[in-house]
Amino acid sequence: MSVQKITIEPVTRIEGHAKVTIRLKDDYTVERAYMHVNEFRGFEKFCEGRLYFEMPQITPRICGICPVSHHLASAKAADALTGQTPPRPANLLRELMHMGQVVQSHGMHFFELAGPDLLLGFDASPEIRSVVGLIGANPELTVKAVQLRKFGQEIVKTLGGRKIHPIFAVPGGVNKTLTVAERDSILKGVDAAIETTQIGLQIMKEWAEKNAEDIAKFAVFPSGYFGLTTPDNALELYDGDIRLIGADGAALERFPVADYLDHIAEHVENWSYLKFPYYKKLGYPNGVYRVGPLGRLNLAEKIHTPLANAELQIFKSLNGGKPVENTLYYHYARLIEILFTAERVRVLCEDEDITSLEILNTRKNYVGHGVGVLEAPRGTLIHDYTADEDGKLLRVNLIVSTGHNNWAMTTAVDSVAKTYIQGPDVPEGALNRVEAAIRAYDPCLSCSTHAVGQMPIQVDFVAADGSLVKTLTRER
Amino acid sequence: MSKPKIASDWMCGCAGCHMSLLDMDERILKIVELADLRATPITDLKEPDESGVDVGVLEGGINNSANEEVAKKMRARSKILVALGDCAVFGGVPALRNFCGVQAALRRAYVEAESNEEGSQIPDDPELATMTETRAVHEVVDVDYNVPGCPPDPDTIFYVLSELAQGRKPKLKDELLHWD
Ligand code: SF4
Repeated sequence: MSVQKITIEPVTRIEGHAKVTIRLKDDYTVERAYMHVNEFRGFEKFCEGRLYFEMPQITPRICGICPVSHHLASAKAADALTGQTPPRPANLLRELMHMGQVVQSHGMHFFELAGPDLLLGFDASPEIRSVVGLIGANPELTVKAVQLRKFGQEIVKTLGGRKIHPIFAVPGGVNKTLTVAERDSILKGVDAAIETTQIGLQIMKEWAEKNAEDIAKFAVFPSGYFGLTTPDNALELYDGDIRLIGADGAALERFPVADYLDHIAEHVENWSYLKFPYYKKLGYPNGVYRVGPLGRLNLAEKIHTPLANAELQIFKSLNGGKPVENTLYYHYARLIEILFTAERVRVLCEDEDITSLEILNTRKNYVGHGVGVLEAPRGTLIHDYTADEDGKLLRVNLIVSTGHNNWAMTTAVDSVAKTYIQGPDVPEGALNRVEAAIRAYDPCLSCSTHAVGQMPIQVDFVAADGSLVKTLTRER
Repeated sequence: MSKPKIASDWMCGCAGCHMSLLDMDERILKIVELADLRATPITDLKEPDESGVDVGVLEGGINNSANEEVAKKMRARSKILVALGDCAVFGGVPALRNFCGVQAALRRAYVEAESNEEGSQIPDDPELATMTETRAVHEVVDVDYNVPGCPPDPDTIFYVLSELAQGRKPKLKDELLHWD
């Protein structure tokens, strides 16, 4: 049998470097599609020998979209390593910065990266299918989206001095207090952020109604779900235990983050620089699970803020209380999380301790090993450091959010390719849908391979002997 | 006169320089007014126009064979090439890999990491790019403007792009110039 191949490269409007190859059978039906993550930077190795307290500055350079996640996960690992438990106000301030980042990252993704597919259509011309097209089509909404992102980024800057790669968390706490004036200025922006998110929810719901058929056949598949939760199983992004549920929604595990190696492992495939984490007890691939907005909302029984909680009930009803399996509902889940984070900003800012001067615990109880975990916008982020008695790092292990979703993205790509590609003529819109399957997970590929980048698109039909049958290039 | 065309791409960086570009907030509309944003990681065209662009912007250094191709193509198709951010200007944080070497870094990640399945090997499928030393953009192709910073401020990026879009030469100094 001669096998032919389609390549989509680069996948655009995602963060990082991926390419897709689709292997076709003789009759031009899809044999299998792969998502290759094509970058590797090696942070684990080159951080060996550095001092543990440098890590909150070095590791944010893994990713400029969620630098705060790395900054804080790193600081949490360092807290544990030196035995310096941060005082309550420091934890509140770190969480506030984290909420700012989730708002900006999710907001940007919905409106500026994935939004063009929803607002302008999967089949719109690639010339306009982007934020530039959005500016033309709906300038007012674009400005609102820009302001939503700005609201989140300003919180990061207020606390950390800059929007990207802030300097704020240190082992044992943070290096700056929040003034009353700064707090009030953050509070002033909350209502507008919620309002824009509600516009987003409206857009999502109208789109879902019109595209119910697409949603129902677009990469719908079972998996486990993994992430942090509060003790009462509510949505949690900054701290807590890890919980894992099965495809049917039944609880499988709950464990302290420091024990992660007892429960998960990473599988390596030859065709991707991104590894495939899975639940050890079930093995690979039975033990695969999903993380990020959809995973977290499937895990959460409730949300402790009213607007987001009301929306969660609607989300839960989509599949009669069972986990929601539709890849395209990641967008809906992401918007519900923006509601939660905006509401949470208010809760944090209204806490008396948020302007406290007690922001650092300097008393050490040095352990030499620490694990720091939080829910980055895209899912669970794990930093694990071991240091010698001088604080010099001996070992660094990082498992990032997008990694946990690697299996899911590959499966989504395969499923969408099989659904939408039939016959030798492959419409551009079908290829964009394959990309949209990846885009729904909002992958942070620079995080995951600890790298980024991209290349041109070309569709090669290659015969089994390697000879090129034909080439399609995207319209430009 | 038609608007000048700008294209951008990212290589071995963290996307932070592109995020800093977006952090110019409402001024992004001004850029779109002054220039035609062509292929970038946030738009949907896949590569810089074959007919060429006026300004090409590259984020990140070059640490593998795929990045090398991206840099060469951008250079060939841009009248003016800008290296944006420390990674592009001198390699930045990812260039730390040069001290331990590519092979040791790959071994740590795919063979030795405590979370790996037993027997894991370094990926080497022909679809994947080959890793190299990490280099600054100017070590691989000629660069017209180096804009340092990790990332450069939104103000700096706005200044550089709007000057170039209006046919002027940007000069970085004072607050607009920093390396951190
Ligand atoms: S210079 Fe800094 S912000 Fe820019 S890509 Fe490199 S690490 Fe990221």
